[in-house]
Amino acid sequence: MTTIGPSTAPTAAPVLAQAVDAAPPGGQRDPGRPPTRWTIGRVLLTLLLVGFAALFLYPLVWLVAASLKPASQVFDNSLIPETWRWDNYVQVWSELPLLHWVFNSVSISLLAATTVAISSSMVAFGFAYFRFPGRNILFGLVLGTMMLPGAVTMIPMYLIWKEAGFLGTWVPLFGANLFGSAFYIFLQRQFYLSLPRELFEAARIDGTNYWQLFWKIAMPLSIPSFVIVFLFEFQAAWNNFQGALIYLNGESMEDFTAPLGIAYAMTKYSPTAGGEGDYQYVMVASLLVTLPMLLLFSFGQRYFIEGVATQGRKG
Amino acid sequence: MTSTTVAPSGDGTRDSSRKRPGRGRKYNRREALAGYLFISPWIIGFLVFTAGSMIYSLVISFSKYNLATNVIRPTGTSNYEALLENPKVAKSLANTLFYAVLAVPLEICFALLLAVLLNRVGRGAGFFRTVYYLPKMTPAVATASIFFLLLNGNTGAINQGLRFIGIEGPQWLVDPTWVKPSIVLMTLWTVSGTMVIFLAALKNVPRDLYEVASLDGAGPVRQFFSITLPMISGAMFFNVIILTIAAFQVFDQAYLLFWRDQNNVAPEASLFYAVYLFQEAFRQFNFGFAAAMAWLLFVILMILTFIQVKVGNRFVYYEGERS
Repeated sequence: MTTIGPSTAPTAAPVLAQAVDAAPPGGQRDPGRPPTRWTIGRVLLTLLLVGFAALFLYPLVWLVAASLKPASQVFDNSLIPETWRWDNYVQVWSELPLLHWVFNSVSISLLAATTVAISSSMVAFGFAYFRFPGRNILFGLVLGTMMLPGAVTMIPMYLIWKEAGFLGTWVPLFGANLFGSAFYIFLQRQFYLSLPRELFEAARIDGTNYWQLFWKIAMPLSIPSFVIVFLFEFQAAWNNFQGALIYLNGESMEDFTAPLGIAYAMTKYSPTAGGEGDYQYVMVASLLVTLPMLLLFSFGQRYFIEGVATQGRKG
Repeated sequence: MTSTTVAPSGDGTRDSSRKRPGRGRKYNRREALAGYLFISPWIIGFLVFTAGSMIYSLVISFSKYNLATNVIRPTGTSNYEALLENPKVAKSLANTLFYAVLAVPLEICFALLLAVLLNRVGRGAGFFRTVYYLPKMTPAVATASIFFLLLNGNTGAINQGLRFIGIEGPQWLVDPTWVKPSIVLMTLWTVSGTMVIFLAALKNVPRDLYEVASLDGAGPVRQFFSITLPMISGAMFFNVIILTIAAFQVFDQAYLLFWRDQNNVAPEASLFYAVYLFQEAFRQFNFGFAAAMAWLLFVILMILTFIQVKVGNRFVYYEGERS
């Protein structure tokens, strides 16, 4: 048999492990392999990694460069502008209500992240700690809703917000977050389940009521997963282009969020058949929506990467 | 007196003894009630925004909705019939399917390649991981606005790079043939979420498996296919399903690059399903038709996921499944 496929791997594992124990000590392994070959492999590996790093970084570095170029040079691919046009920033500032956009986006993202993190924690604690009839069925429903494509509820949601008189306000962009979100409930519940139950039982015996149990004990302990939820949702809300397109597009330019603003700027400054446009302004605005995210990432890097790695999310 | 063995350590209210679970009963009434209260936000949200919306959406899909008067007039299955006859639906579905077939395997391979490389390097792994993750943090609108110029057929960096190695690149955003590969390129730039999941899975593969395999004379390629792939099949399965669902809903980049204004140069090739659905719903306010489109997407995704789960179960190795 030649296949060491998935079916044989588990049964083989203990046997292999025994073989490792029985193997001679490390010094005797790999006697014939010269160390240089390993070094070449390592150099190649590093070169590849650096190459990919350059590929990944190029568009971002280029974005910074392009934001500082005159209109005639935006199409160049040089990473250093021939003439530095710092006044692009001043120009964009006076032409586009950037401050409004950023303020709107920051506010909406903060509202969305805070509401969903609190409501999801609460629901998650309900599922993790309490025993009640139908709990597993209800939690199955929570997981089931993760599969539902947003398109199915997009139109009814629009009509609900319209009927409630919230079109053109921020409410549709975070309102549903007040009721928790399936993925975050799942994530927080996993965390609460990992806490020792004795901890809560002891607190109960000490006379802590259920709300205090959540607010004073479970919540403070769950700060790490709370931060993950907060950061994920902040990023998602910051990125939310389609929502803004649906709910804020008819409003005045000052009411746009940053993503909607960029889309507007792309239309306004794109090079059309007539002239070369002023695309450097789009680059300035794009840089402005990207920088806060990169800053956020530099602070919360561990949370972002671990959050994705442990729970799996395409984002 | 309340129980004397446990000393209240703080602001105990001393009424806990009454809340102990009753012996004969399966559930403690108070605890169950509290549980329902804690999950009540989700229950309300589910009833209104999920279940309610789904029913509403279903009703709308069998009706004609007049936005001005808010009148829903039942029209039977006419929206679904129109759906089947509409060439744009077929076209957008074909485009989306083509995109998914192109994007998902490429994303999987690229993400896996990066993860394997990162897993190999010892020091500096954190640095590279961070750099590779940066595009994921870049908002989709910024990604689109950057690639709008990078993909320019004449002066864009991608074609300049190709020229450097002697290839004349295509007119990415103009030539209908290259519209979908353009968006795939952008997606590959932001593939790090998938990569991180692979990386986490790779870290969990027991190292001794490799040691024994190399003692048995298995080379790196053999080790990859016989150990690595089976051991990370769970992550692979997860990534394929998630990426497929995402690919079928691709919207932001397609909309920003092609449907933002009226100068669309490749209207046929860039009509993705989610974009067309959006156009019908929020540009034409053709809610009935758009709702029917949404349900078709739902059914397609359900079938695809079902097939993937069925196929996946034959290949995925779950740790601790058999013992």
